[in-house]
Amino acid sequence: MSRRKFIKKASLGAFASIIGSEIIFGSNMPIGYKPLALQEIDPFEMFDKNPEMTVLNSKPWNIEAKAHLLDHRVTPNKNMFIRNNGRIPEKININNWTLTIDGESVKKSKTYTLPQLKSKFKHYTYQLTLECGGNGRSEYNPPAKGNQWTIGAVSCANWTGVRLKDVLDDAGIKEDAVYIGYHAMDSHLSGDPKKEPISRGAPMYKALQEETLLAFAMNGEDIPLAHGFPVRLVAGGWPASVSGKWINRISIRNKEHDGTKMTGTAYRVPCKPVAPGEKVKDEDMCIIESMPVKSLLTYPKTGAMISEGKKLNIRGHAWAGELKVSKMEYSIDFGSTWKVCELEQPVNRLAWQHFNASIFFPKKGYYEVWAKATDSRGVAQPMLVPGWNPKGYLNNACHRIAIKVI
Amino acid sequence: MDLKTFQNQVRSVYKLLLILFGLVVVTSFGAIYFVNNPDLLEKDVLKGSNNLIDIPLEANYDKIENGIHVRTGLVEDVGLMETVNNCTNCHSSKLVIQNRMNKERWVATIRWMQKTQNLWDLGKNEDVIIDYLVKNYPPEKKGRREVLTNVEWYMLKE
Repeated sequence: MSRRKFIKKASLGAFASIIGSEIIFGSNMPIGYKPLALQEIDPFEMFDKNPEMTVLNSKPWNIEAKAHLLDHRVTPNKNMFIRNNGRIPEKININNWTLTIDGESVKKSKTYTLPQLKSKFKHYTYQLTLECGGNGRSEYNPPAKGNQWTIGAVSCANWTGVRLKDVLDDAGIKEDAVYIGYHAMDSHLSGDPKKEPISRGAPMYKALQEETLLAFAMNGEDIPLAHGFPVRLVAGGWPASVSGKWINRISIRNKEHDGTKMTGTAYRVPCKPVAPGEKVKDEDMCIIESMPVKSLLTYPKTGAMISEGKKLNIRGHAWAGELKVSKMEYSIDFGSTWKVCELEQPVNRLAWQHFNASIFFPKKGYYEVWAKATDSRGVAQPMLVPGWNPKGYLNNACHRIAIKVI
Repeated sequence: MDLKTFQNQVRSVYKLLLILFGLVVVTSFGAIYFVNNPDLLEKDVLKGSNNLIDIPLEANYDKIENGIHVRTGLVEDVGLMETVNNCTNCHSSKLVIQNRMNKERWVATIRWMQKTQNLWDLGKNEDVIIDYLVKNYPPEKKGRREVLTNVEWYMLKE
């Protein structure tokens, strides 16, 4: 062994004994690589969500609830679905935050700080049902592109804020106003600062409804970051994408708002019914406004087994977009017969309604409890998946749970 | 002790100190260099060394387990890495996995992303990626309403 080699080996040996395998570990670590343990972000901890929820997508974050997690009369943050189109804003300085009202049809463009917004206008609190337009997409055949929501992209929380109407009136609405469009602080997935991940809106009649809020509180607290802190536009009963999060500007438009996800096929369904899988031209797609009638059995959790002779108490919620639910029924024989549930009135317009029933099963065996809501115009939920549409929106098929009587 | 002897002793102590100091300097620089270039001595010394555990993180990073690429959850097949490298930069692999499309619609989805979402030209990887997606993530026949599956049965206590 040459002297040089001896020195090498000796010094490495010394190093190894001092620092051990750490050097070796370091030598094989790709530059910029974080050990796996450090990469794993726990979304449930980060967003304060129930670990029973399902993560559909981690970039951007999309997380849905399960039916039994929505049993609360007012949905708590921990069980509320998260739907994002872009990246959640990282740094929000509440002292610098302002809301600007502008657009072709504003009389005088105005900007408000948060304290101004809170002090200048009267506060209102409503329970508002927010359902993702794509809730239920996973059931469409042929499958539709996008996050495969099952049933859990719906919530009904208490939202507190000022009426959008009051703020728009303060800036002044010109006669030719047609639509409002929101702009927000989230950023595009590609990182392109010129692109908005989403910028949707609503026609003036929806913008001017009493229940359409510029909310700054959810369930009595600051809105959680994932749900739009500091201010969210909340328009109950419409696809939840109308309820823009992290907003900082609202434009009063003299035409239909043409922001990201307002045009093309986004949040649109064929104006005329189409066959499953049919191609539909962009100009034949119409914007979704009110969501359809729907309901959810939130108790018991599917898979319940009960002893023969015992009654099963069921409960859940029903909602119908802009309308009220007028009747709630259940079936234990796949729709051959229906029985009426007790149905409560909504606490306010656009809030979901609670129902319950007590079921007697005639004999042992496997059952499914199906729930069906009917809106104030007599339109009921279909038992089958409704009309196919290219983007898989508006699946309001009856919810069901599996029960065994033993 | 005469002056000469004393001077000689001082000189040798001085020399010794100089050598020691030199050694410290050389060792320090050597140590710094080694820490910054940890693979310097790796090749001819580490081979066959038993008392050091080599953790091949590079391999773990793209580990395949039971036919699944662990890091992304995508199915192992021809075109996996092309798909991982081109299709999980903006959105997570979960968006790919949960979608089921035929060739025409996977192509249309890529075109849509190129037109509106800043997806780059996939070049010769495009056919590889599309073949991978069509083979591993094709549409499933679902009918008008599926049977309830994966029911976790439990005794209801009231």
